[in-house]
Amino acid sequence: MNVATNAPTRLRVRGLQVCLAGTNTDVVSEVDFDVALGEVLGLVGESGSGKTTVALSLLGYARRGLHITKGQVLLDGQEILGMPERELPALRGGRVAYVPQEPAAALNPVRRVGKQIDEILRVHEGRGSRGGHVAGRVHDVLSSVDLPTDRAFLRRFPHQLSGGQQQRIVIAMAFACQPGVIVFDEPTTGLDVTTQRRFLGLIADLCATSGVAAVYVSHDLAVVGQVAKTVAVMYAGRIVELGPTATVFETPRHPYTRLLMRAVPSLDKAEVMEGIEGQPPRPASRPVGCSFAPRCPGVGPECLSSPPVMVDLSASHRVRCVRVRSEAQRTSGRQVIPLVDSAQPGPAVLEVEGLRASFGTNEVLHGVSFRVPEDSCVAVVGESGSGKTTLARCIIGMHTNWAGNIRYAGEELSHGARQRDGDVLKKIQYVFQDPYTALNPRKTVGQLVAQPIDHFFGLARAEADARVVRVLEDVSLSADFLNRYPDQLSGGERQRAAIARALAAEPDLLVCDEVSSALDVSVQAMIIEMLRRLQAEHRLAMLFITHNLALVRGMAQSVVVLSQGRIVEEGPVEQVFEHPRDPYTIRLMSDAPRLSPAAATGSGKMPEFRADRATER
Amino acid sequence: MGDHPHAGAPQSADTGLGAARLSDPADGGREGGRYQPMFAGAGARRRAYARAHPIVSLVAGRTGQGIITLFLVSLVVFAATQLLPGNAARAILGFSATPQRIRALELELGLNRGWWSQYWGWLSGLPVGRLGASLANSEPVWRLVEPRLLNSAVLVAVSGVTGSVLGIALGAVAALRHGSLLDNSMTVGALAVLAVPEFVVAIGVVILFSTVVFHLFPGVSLLTPGENILQAPRLLVLPALSLTIVTIPYVYRMTRAATLEALESPYVEMARLKGVPRWRVLVQHALPNALPPTIQVVGLTFLRLAGGIVLVEEVFDFPGIGQGLVNAVTDRDIPVIQFIVVVLAAFYVVVNITTDVLALLLSPRRRIPT
Amino acid sequence: MTSATQSGRPAASAAASPNQLRRHEWLTLLHRAAASRRGAIGLSLAGLVALVAVVGAIWTPCSPTAFLYAPLQKPSVQALLGGDYLGRDVLSRVLAGGWVLLVMAVAATVIGVSFGAFQGIEAAYLGGRTDTVIMRGMDVFLAFPAIVLALLIVGTVGPKLWLIVLAVGLGHVPQVARVMRAAALDIAERDYVKAVELQGVKPTRIITGEILPNLVSPLMVELGLRLTYSIVIIAGLSFLGFGQQPPAPSWGNMISENRIGLQTNPWAVIVPAALIALLAIGTNLFADAVARAAIGADRQVEQAFVRTEAAKAAQ
Repeated sequence: MNVATNAPTRLRVRGLQVCLAGTNTDVVSEVDFDVALGEVLGLVGESGSGKTTVALSLLGYARRGLHITKGQVLLDGQEILGMPERELPALRGGRVAYVPQEPAAALNPVRRVGKQIDEILRVHEGRGSRGGHVAGRVHDVLSSVDLPTDRAFLRRFPHQLSGGQQQRIVIAMAFACQPGVIVFDEPTTGLDVTTQRRFLGLIADLCATSGVAAVYVSHDLAVVGQVAKTVAVMYAGRIVELGPTATVFETPRHPYTRLLMRAVPSLDKAEVMEGIEGQPPRPASRPVGCSFAPRCPGVGPECLSSPPVMVDLSASHRVRCVRVRSEAQRTSGRQVIPLVDSAQPGPAVLEVEGLRASFGTNEVLHGVSFRVPEDSCVAVVGESGSGKTTLARCIIGMHTNWAGNIRYAGEELSHGARQRDGDVLKKIQYVFQDPYTALNPRKTVGQLVAQPIDHFFGLARAEADARVVRVLEDVSLSADFLNRYPDQLSGGERQRAAIARALAAEPDLLVCDEVSSALDVSVQAMIIEMLRRLQAEHRLAMLFITHNLALVRGMAQSVVVLSQGRIVEEGPVEQVFEHPRDPYTIRLMSDAPRLSPAAATGSGKMPEFRADRATER
Repeated sequence: MGDHPHAGAPQSADTGLGAARLSDPADGGREGGRYQPMFAGAGARRRAYARAHPIVSLVAGRTGQGIITLFLVSLVVFAATQLLPGNAARAILGFSATPQRIRALELELGLNRGWWSQYWGWLSGLPVGRLGASLANSEPVWRLVEPRLLNSAVLVAVSGVTGSVLGIALGAVAALRHGSLLDNSMTVGALAVLAVPEFVVAIGVVILFSTVVFHLFPGVSLLTPGENILQAPRLLVLPALSLTIVTIPYVYRMTRAATLEALESPYVEMARLKGVPRWRVLVQHALPNALPPTIQVVGLTFLRLAGGIVLVEEVFDFPGIGQGLVNAVTDRDIPVIQFIVVVLAAFYVVVNITTDVLALLLSPRRRIPT
Repeated sequence: MTSATQSGRPAASAAASPNQLRRHEWLTLLHRAAASRRGAIGLSLAGLVALVAVVGAIWTPCSPTAFLYAPLQKPSVQALLGGDYLGRDVLSRVLAGGWVLLVMAVAATVIGVSFGAFQGIEAAYLGGRTDTVIMRGMDVFLAFPAIVLALLIVGTVGPKLWLIVLAVGLGHVPQVARVMRAAALDIAERDYVKAVELQGVKPTRIITGEILPNLVSPLMVELGLRLTYSIVIIAGLSFLGFGQQPPAPSWGNMISENRIGLQTNPWAVIVPAALIALLAIGTNLFADAVARAAIGADRQVEQAFVRTEAAKAAQ
């Protein structure tokens, strides 16, 4: 089934199933889709949905511990899965190529870059292309992604290249042997917004011109919206919805997709993000009926008895839900967050003046000044390398090599936490980015949250314990969690515990450093919403650091835009987002991927990447 | 504008294996993290030079440290031997010696001087090759030790090379056949053999090949005086076999682990996904990255052998420095003890420098700064 | 939002008893190690030998030191293992010759690991010059093969048993210090330690409250490794004659003494050698099982092993 085009189908997948090795437990199952010539199919899902497993199966490859057990993958009519082992290497890279998530990891650190490109050409274009011919092809491959082709560049090792250059090489290698299908596995993770936009354009461009069918795996719906014409949403190893991107994003019909769309932060409007309670089931513990039933708001008895099958809603739109027809269309939009009247900002809880921070002799912040009024959230946005994390660390006292002025409630702060007053340490609290390392694995949640209470307040045991329970309730963790250890918690639960620990000290200012970057979209929505509620309830001042512009909209009242250690723009969120003035901010706003259906054409041509070549070494 | 610097690179071979190494790497790696250099300016210049010429600075740094280590080692040994009740004179003359005779011998041997003086006398003689005379039989130390040195060197070389080669081969095979019966049995077997003390292995070898089961090789390696081991290789077989058996498991384990890690790494997976044939993946992608840890363990193997010869030479009566050391300790023959221990320490330093340099050469990330 | 419900998570995870066990991490580790196949085999082997040694400490069929038979007499019904080179009962000597080795090995390990861990953690915590001085000092001792160090100390003063224990313990200190220092530094860099530092908690409390509990795991692993090594070295020393002095029986010494009689009555050599070997193997297998239990997740085992292997190989 093609998406309303007449292009021939290049890739056809039917009934794909991958199981844990040696068992009948499937990791993914009943996967069907088609991709036409020159088309991009987006494969969307959160962690554990099985999207990478599906992606690798398209090359006939399964990771250790997994086994492709059933199904067909037809490439231009030829069956891949049944191929004998010795024929697979010819297929991989030659007719189906793969672009991995982390280019630095995918390039062999001890081999020169030129040799690695050389390798894929030799392997697939045969021994006849020795010598001059291959050299010429290497030249072609590199120029197609606008990289230098001189000998000096070819002799470099991967670590001598920037992340963007590494990613281009990997993409170049994928296109080099003119495969019929390319599988992209979250290739823009870790790239900044502008580079990401360039890549998406490059990918769409190359696919359209060379007729390659592409499968683009991602957890980022906005990115998928920019590059894919058709989208398949995966949950617990099944495709739950498949259809044209515009249709699926505008009118999602599967409950999970619906909830997911409500969880995605919006760049253009201040909307409440709604997370999804609970977690996806692991392969071994999937319920008998629909895997999503435990978390589904519209669950009915028929959902629990047997697994749902795909229902065709139209020629191009399918949904795996038994209640899809019977359920009434819920068209309620998302709740809009009312604008806070920022005309009278309160007294400043935090004032930063002329902050210059350095690592050794290398200055990374060049005179940053701003203020955080009480009971308000200030977002600090910037890309990697902008200095935003250093800024947070200076404020909190983790980074001591700075000059300038940081004042809390009018009082100047010392450089390091060791020198600061106990009261100040209590009032300014910090939430770390990675929930997996922020909690001591040897302590229970109860002990972790009790620790700041004991340290700052010295209450009697009973009262301290009561407070712990209250704080945990505040972050929606029941009393069951008191005796659990961090490794028994999910990522979202861990981050909640970390936030509880910070709140337990009853701070005035909460510094949140990329607190949701390590979390899935649905979990992120819950955490951010929870933070927003907590900020309002406890009248906290908050410093919210992030690279994700869309989060800012739903969270902060004012924003500070940081670029390479300098503030380039600041002001109320509405104003900066709607009418940015600084060129950097303007570019940031335009390059950020949006979920709006208008952008989901999947064939945007972005030739600007060529113009920026001169700026790379 | 634009791109990030490259994100975290693969952790595998470049881990540097800090735990096993001597102190800090020359490029000022993670040494406690809180060390403030005393002279900031000089330090910065030195670090800049070190970054630009990693190999030279590594060798220079290590050699410097090595010399200091040797100095300290000799000091420690000397001090240790001085702290003891009982002395060489008494040991030489035996229980029947009268106090006067002991005193006379002490004077003759210079044992009555303060130990600083004795040490300095020894130390100053080193560069000139004047190592003193054995207290036990008044022969020059060098003349006593030299033949033993050669024999032990041959033993260590033969055992080390054989053991390493076999260990690497088996380890690579086990990694390739990961999870198979072969792999599992070899790994458990290695774990078992690893634990057995060298002298027990040696005894086992003697029982098996020399006395009880088969009678293939001599159970003791008695050389005729003046002869060295190269002239009587048959006497080398059993001792070398014992030491080889002891060496193989260590090298095996490390090679297997390093190869497995390389095989599981993202870039090897990528190579497979690029369609590179299996053999090429192994040889050109996995092996080069598994090499640095393997080289380190081979270095450590030779170091362990230096300790292993003490016991094994005793079992076989093999005339090497291990036996020499035991005899010297029994006799309280200080100059000989001193010399042998310093030789061993020098061996340690040289092996460390060699493995560090080799590991550096094999690691482009550290060799070529970004 | 209402309290979170945990869909898809079995209720048992909130059960009290597994968590209570977790409070004593060292117990959990031992339990898990003993439950694994390797660990079980290792524990049984070592346990068996230990049993022999303990039994022999209390009871032997005949006196271990009396001259009862002809030298190197072959085994018979009364003398199950025959006579040694002086005509003493091999079986009795074998039974009686192990417990001293065990006690000394355990003592040396405990001394070496505690002192080494203390030094390592101290170096990590104090940092700066103290750190450098301590670690450089350790490095000097690393230049000696362990047996040479022990030989040096013991051989020159005399084979006093307490001195042997000290010397062997001292031999462990540099390596243990290095491993524990690395572990402590690694933990000190973690976010959860920084989180507590940011509250202004005193360094001492941070060490006891945050860092030490996380060091139990590496410490257990080191204890296992070092125990194996202690056994090997002490047995070796006794083989060289620097252990229990004759006529007291000790396995190492028996091997050395009865070597001349290998053709006649090999059991006098084989049995003590086998016992030493089995003890060492068993301890090593169990120590390995503990290390694996400490590392935890299957997938990372090989990776982490590359690092711990290097540390172990540098014994």
